Amino acid sequence: MTSFNPKTIGLALLAPAIAIILSILVTTAVIAAVGSSPGEFWSTMFEMPKPRLRVDIVNQTAMIYIAAVAAAIGFRMGLFNIGLEGQYTIASFAAASFAGAAYLGGFANVAASIIVAMVVGAAWSGIAGILKTTRGVSEVISTIMLNAIAVTLVGYFLNNYGVKEGNTVHTKNLEPGSTLGGFAPFEDRDGEIWALSIIAVLVGVGFWVLLNKTRFGYDLRASGQSESAALASGINPKRMILVSMMLSGAVAGLIWLPALFGGARNYGTSFQVGLGFLGIAVALLGRNRPLGMLFGALLFAFLSVKSNDLTFSTDVSPSIVQITQGVAVLAVVVTYEVVRRWRTRLEQRAVSRELAEAREATA
Amino acid sequence: MPSDVDAVQLRGIGKRFPGVIANHDVDVTIRSGTVHALIGENGAGKSTLMKILYGVQRPDDGTITIEGKDVVLKSPTEAIDAGVGMVFQHFMLADNLTVLENMVLGAEKLHGIGDAARTEIRRISDRFGFDLDPDVLVEKLGVAARQRLEIAKVLYRGARIIILDEPTAVLVPQEVEALFVNLRELKDAGNSVLFISHKLDEVLAIADDITVMRRGTTVGTADSHTATKRQLAELMVGSELPSPETEESTVTDTVELSLDGVTLTDEFGRNLLTDLSLKIRRGEVLGIAGVEGNGQSELVETIMGMRIPSAGTIKLGDQDVTHWHTRQLREAGIGYIPEDRHRHGLLLDAPLWENRILGHQTRPPSAKGMWINRKGARQDTERIVADYDVRAPGIDTPARALSGGNQQKLIVGREMSGDPVLLIASHPTRGVDVGAQAAIWDHIKRARRAGLAVLLISADLDELIGLSDTIQVILRGRFVGTFEPSKVTPQDLGTAMTGGEAA
Repeated sequence: MTSFNPKTIGLALLAPAIAIILSILVTTAVIAAVGSSPGEFWSTMFEMPKPRLRVDIVNQTAMIYIAAVAAAIGFRMGLFNIGLEGQYTIASFAAASFAGAAYLGGFANVAASIIVAMVVGAAWSGIAGILKTTRGVSEVISTIMLNAIAVTLVGYFLNNYGVKEGNTVHTKNLEPGSTLGGFAPFEDRDGEIWALSIIAVLVGVGFWVLLNKTRFGYDLRASGQSESAALASGINPKRMILVSMMLSGAVAGLIWLPALFGGARNYGTSFQVGLGFLGIAVALLGRNRPLGMLFGALLFAFLSVKSNDLTFSTDVSPSIVQITQGVAVLAVVVTYEVVRRWRTRLEQRAVSRELAEAREATA
Repeated sequence: MPSDVDAVQLRGIGKRFPGVIANHDVDVTIRSGTVHALIGENGAGKSTLMKILYGVQRPDDGTITIEGKDVVLKSPTEAIDAGVGMVFQHFMLADNLTVLENMVLGAEKLHGIGDAARTEIRRISDRFGFDLDPDVLVEKLGVAARQRLEIAKVLYRGARIIILDEPTAVLVPQEVEALFVNLRELKDAGNSVLFISHKLDEVLAIADDITVMRRGTTVGTADSHTATKRQLAELMVGSELPSPETEESTVTDTVELSLDGVTLTDEFGRNLLTDLSLKIRRGEVLGIAGVEGNGQSELVETIMGMRIPSAGTIKLGDQDVTHWHTRQLREAGIGYIPEDRHRHGLLLDAPLWENRILGHQTRPPSAKGMWINRKGARQDTERIVADYDVRAPGIDTPARALSGGNQQKLIVGREMSGDPVLLIASHPTRGVDVGAQAAIWDHIKRARRAGLAVLLISADLDELIGLSDTIQVILRGRFVGTFEPSKVTPQDLGTAMTGGEAA
């Protein structure tokens, strides 16, 4: 981690590079197979996005990145938190309801809503944590079930207590004082980069500091690398599982807040589903590393947003980019493992060579 | 009906891993139609040899001859084709599938997956008395039946030479008897069995020939009709002079660790440890001798707070630490060299300096409050690398890249850091090269002179006799004898360890 020699960096980039090339090849093959033109597809995709889309890409990147960090907290610990989707659904609903009720005004309302989102997200994921530590229930199973429960629960509350407007129903709109202006890098009609996108930066930096600089982060990584060694070193595995699960859920609670306080203003039809699963994919793609995930989030946001252009200029369905995204994740998981083994062999050889030289020199 | 051609001949087999010689000059001949026992302490090289014969690993030197033909085995598939099958200690069965489904899994081409396969399973089962119903779910089967299924799987795939890795470890005595009946049937049908064990009674009961391994090589063969347990124990543990020299006693009067009536029960209420009492004083090394699996690991894990005793008390100095958590115990000054360094002692993919922190997360120089002290940890790792002669290109090298001996020296250096009051050393020199072994012995001796209390668990009796001030023998979770190292021989210990009369 600390030695920045070109070879190390080259090896680190090798796996994602292979993965991206592979996903491009597979996508091209699929498009060609259904009789469309891959050339047209790629030229549309790689065309410089219009200003409006650029703003979109930044906003999407921020939300996907928060989701990826939430997933990575679990992954680094060896926990597969598939429940991000449910955690941020219920947390977003809670935060939107709280903010809409306007118990507080202005920024205080925003700050309090952020805390509400984190607490609700943590509590929801904590259920899975408690089930695992007390009853041995796999978090994969419990979080998937909690996803379904969260969506149903939110639907129930929304239908019974939400504001009905025509055919739709949503939580109370935020008061104007509680929506946050963003930053419009282009003309006003191109939209704003949401103010709370800054959460992504904070979460990313916080994640890095937590993992690499704190005792808790060390314990978390140690538990993820070897449960048995962690136990022998004095780490309490149950406590670690519960705490990291709740931390993952707390961060998941933040995922949709940039949109809520930026443009959406309520929890309703504008709620964006699927960010939790995208986050899991991006965490895999970025190998749970803060910078790797940033790159992954940007790539995914770019592909998703840019695919909208396909409808206008090609006969390729925008959903084709889901293939690109899927193959990228699959390929990166596989190639990373292959590269890792290869690297271990290289390292072992390097060590024995150096030691052999040292021995000859002293002999 | 033994034929003239030997089933297996291994000649001059050698296998080296970085820094460790796992096997050298191994010669084994398995006569056709016999049960051949391979015995030796853990770490003697039996498992490497098995893996070589089963094609999991390839030897660096030597030849393998199966039924008169020289073979090169590159994978288990090739071994099975050559007629060699293996039953692992940990069963490889899918619980939610039936006997039939487990049997044909991966061997669908042989007899299909339907009635032909069912007939073949019944034939094998009847022939050898395995009593297997093809359509029962494996989760309904007991341990002994699962083992018979594993053996049947191997036969189904056409093996004539069957390797059994410590098959009796999981069985109760009646089941062992039944297994032996099955093995005799196998033998009578012309199959050969390689039986790996360190239980001498069982070996003498079932084997025709016996090969003994020690420190990576075959040290002798014996005829089961004439050999005695004592002879085998001697061969297994070695009867040379103790290599680590005993020094004058540095034992003081201050008791550092005391166990009083410690009993540990498993989830089924069986005793793993029964009424263990011991005292270790400052400057004293207490050695625990015993055949692997007689409660040594459980004893260590109980002292280290990883298991909670069901009765008895553990005191560190004057404090009752029976219910302390591992981290509290480490903070109180217990150093711990675990028996399996890869599973319990290291983060293999982390650099050496991060491994320096493991187990010392809460103490300087690794930590400052809630923060990891990266600089302090790195500096102290440099110190350990220099003082303990850890051969590594640098402290950023991942632990995985180091040889076993150097990994172990790093662990010893780490556990000796921060002025421990008690060191628990489980097989501290297992799987390390001779040079590292001598260095580790020196460090333990030096720490003992400085007043450290040491609990030493080892399968190497020379090491125990050479380093310990007192030796306790553990058998089936009880202490069965106390010996004074200056007066005891490896043979006496071997007898006590294997359940012979205690001296």
